[in-house]
Amino acid sequence: MTTETREILRVSDLRTYFPVRSHGLIRRVIGQVKAVDGVSFSVGSAETLGLVGESGSGKTTVARSVLMLVRPTSGQIVIDGQEITHLSSKALMPMRRKAQMIFQDPYNALNPRHTVGGIIGAPYRIQGIEPPGGVRAAVQALMERVGLNPEHYNRYPNEFSGGQRQRIGIARAVALRPKLIVCDEPVSALDVSIQAQIINLLRDLQHEFGLSYLFVAHDLAVVRQISHRVAVMYLGHLMEMAPRETIYAAPLHPYTHSLLSAVPIPDPKLQKGRSRIVLEGDLPSPINPPSGCVFRTRCFQAQERCSVEVPPLIEVAPGHHVACHFPVATLPAGVGTARAMPETQPGVPVRRPQPASGQVSSAQLDCLPADGRPDFTRLRPRVRVGRSL
Amino acid sequence: MTTPGRPAEHPFLEIKDLGVAFPTEDGLVRAVEGVSLSIERGRTLAIVGESGSGKSVTAQAIMGLIDRKIATVTGEIWLDGQELIGLPADDLQALRGAQVAMIFQDPMSSLHPFYRVGDQITEAINAHRSIRAKAARAMALEMLRRVGIPAPERRIDDYPHQLSGGMRQRVMIAMALINAPKMLIADEPTTALDVTVQAQILELITSLQDEFGITVIMITHDLGIVADVADDVAVMYGGRIVEVAPTGVLYAQPEMPYTLGLLSSIPRMDRELSVRLEPIPGNPPSPIHLPLGCVFQPRCMYSDRVAGGACLSVRPDLLATAAGHLVRCHLPAEERRQISQGVLNVLAGGS
Repeated sequence: MTTETREILRVSDLRTYFPVRSHGLIRRVIGQVKAVDGVSFSVGSAETLGLVGESGSGKTTVARSVLMLVRPTSGQIVIDGQEITHLSSKALMPMRRKAQMIFQDPYNALNPRHTVGGIIGAPYRIQGIEPPGGVRAAVQALMERVGLNPEHYNRYPNEFSGGQRQRIGIARAVALRPKLIVCDEPVSALDVSIQAQIINLLRDLQHEFGLSYLFVAHDLAVVRQISHRVAVMYLGHLMEMAPRETIYAAPLHPYTHSLLSAVPIPDPKLQKGRSRIVLEGDLPSPINPPSGCVFRTRCFQAQERCSVEVPPLIEVAPGHHVACHFPVATLPAGVGTARAMPETQPGVPVRRPQPASGQVSSAQLDCLPADGRPDFTRLRPRVRVGRSL
Repeated sequence: MTTPGRPAEHPFLEIKDLGVAFPTEDGLVRAVEGVSLSIERGRTLAIVGESGSGKSVTAQAIMGLIDRKIATVTGEIWLDGQELIGLPADDLQALRGAQVAMIFQDPMSSLHPFYRVGDQITEAINAHRSIRAKAARAMALEMLRRVGIPAPERRIDDYPHQLSGGMRQRVMIAMALINAPKMLIADEPTTALDVTVQAQILELITSLQDEFGITVIMITHDLGIVADVADDVAVMYGGRIVEVAPTGVLYAQPEMPYTLGLLSSIPRMDRELSVRLEPIPGNPPSPIHLPLGCVFQPRCMYSDRVAGGACLSVRPDLLATAAGHLVRCHLPAEERRQISQGVLNVLAGGS
């Protein structure tokens, strides 16, 4: 089939930086958070690309940049053949019929003052589309399709559970029959028994409508379940990208190895004897990322070259891209054996790399929306209250 | 301290028929009902359940954190031979931190944002004994080093917002352990953290447990974490315990259909990929309008196999099916095992 290979989304050398401002009266720009720093990938028709990474990796910023919800600093985004980064908000409107989004938090993504019917029907009204049979009939058909009772058309979001609210969000996203849906952590706020329902629903809708998904998530098991290909991000860069089977069975990047080994497997027989790579320290500051390879400060493979030369993303096998100077096919002896050979003796602290001098202090970092949206738990309550007093 | 009439050989923590109910405008919320549990010294018990299952309320009841003005607490909680329910507030205060400590899901909202982390740790010391400020600071420093904070002498004067999520959780653990409690209750301690940081924190909790010999209650929704750290597991649903078993048994021979449903609905990286997951249909029950019979009955695929519709009308009891293995289900044990092995075989085959 020719449609199989058609690209619905192509992202080339995407960079999204956020300015860092000083705290004074004149809020000078004193730096940049390089949330996304040179990311390229594509999503084919009816394909799911899973985008995984930890918080601060830039995966959500990629998701939001793709739909121009944040304006990228540079790079190209082509949706269904059309380049969109130069378009004004108004000119983007027709594009939004083709690309929609499902959000993480089903509680905050729905307006509590609107009825479910109003929420799911909003895309028709905004785009000025009259579906055959009218908006109400179309919305009720959608509700039925995603597993909601159409009689609940006039109810409000607070009358629904988290899983049902996510179904409302999904119905809204598929209303215009888009080609691409960007899913930002669509199941991470849900209980496990509900997660499975939503994952199955997303799969069914993909088959039914030929949808392409950019599926952003941190849960590697969930991503494996739904994705055809998987891309791994770290500190604004793609580390590895490969077909699903390859990334889980034969990863090459040390970071992918660490991520996979850190996920506890729900089987005590396997898990209790399993070794894992415990990455030391925390994510470095995206304001002042490490030179060379951004992962080198936490990497068990790191050598001199890694601090000097940025590893390019190279295709090492068909469809398998890796950005690493020293890719790992099999783990070297002693790595990932935290269980068998504990590095720590009781009472002796784990050896941890010291933060490089000249790095911006975490104080400056923590008040930034590092993931591209304001995170109120990270704001500096001390400073604000002090000022208001 | 041993209460007269109780044998000296008692479990470290024993909960008998615990009930917690909150009266609300919409009706009585029975958050926890008839929960009985016991934990031996030095073991790790995991309490697994989804939101609303009552697992956190159970933990709060053990810590004496349920406000008696807004809730009624019934039953008995024996900690090392001492009954906690009905204990005066001052006695409870003396117990908290010194005997039982707790760490929470979100370290940012449990640490005070205006105070330096070192001062918050020394405050915990001062709550239980009076020592000189300098000695307290030295203790705090040593504990921060033990929980793996790099350069603790610099970090001790940081404010919580200056630390990363993983570091904050380490500070919480340091604060919890500073008075050498005998038991640690960890309520979803890694849910807000990334997997690689989660791995660090789980390693830390396990190694500190080995070092200090503390008893741990790990509250989580993640069956992977349970498999990783727990000796025994209690599965909660609709405010009650529906199955208790040693960890190995729970995963190999679960008997309660809800446990089975949980195990089949999680995507697993160690298995062949199945085309579809097998979710538990429906939604968890409202704690105000609980089903009359088994609380899981509306979502249970096997309740029609029970003669006379008992699942609809009779609350099943939590009964022993093997040593250390308790199940709350009307199905005959033989049939439960058959169903369970059938489902697990299909899962293992990855069909």
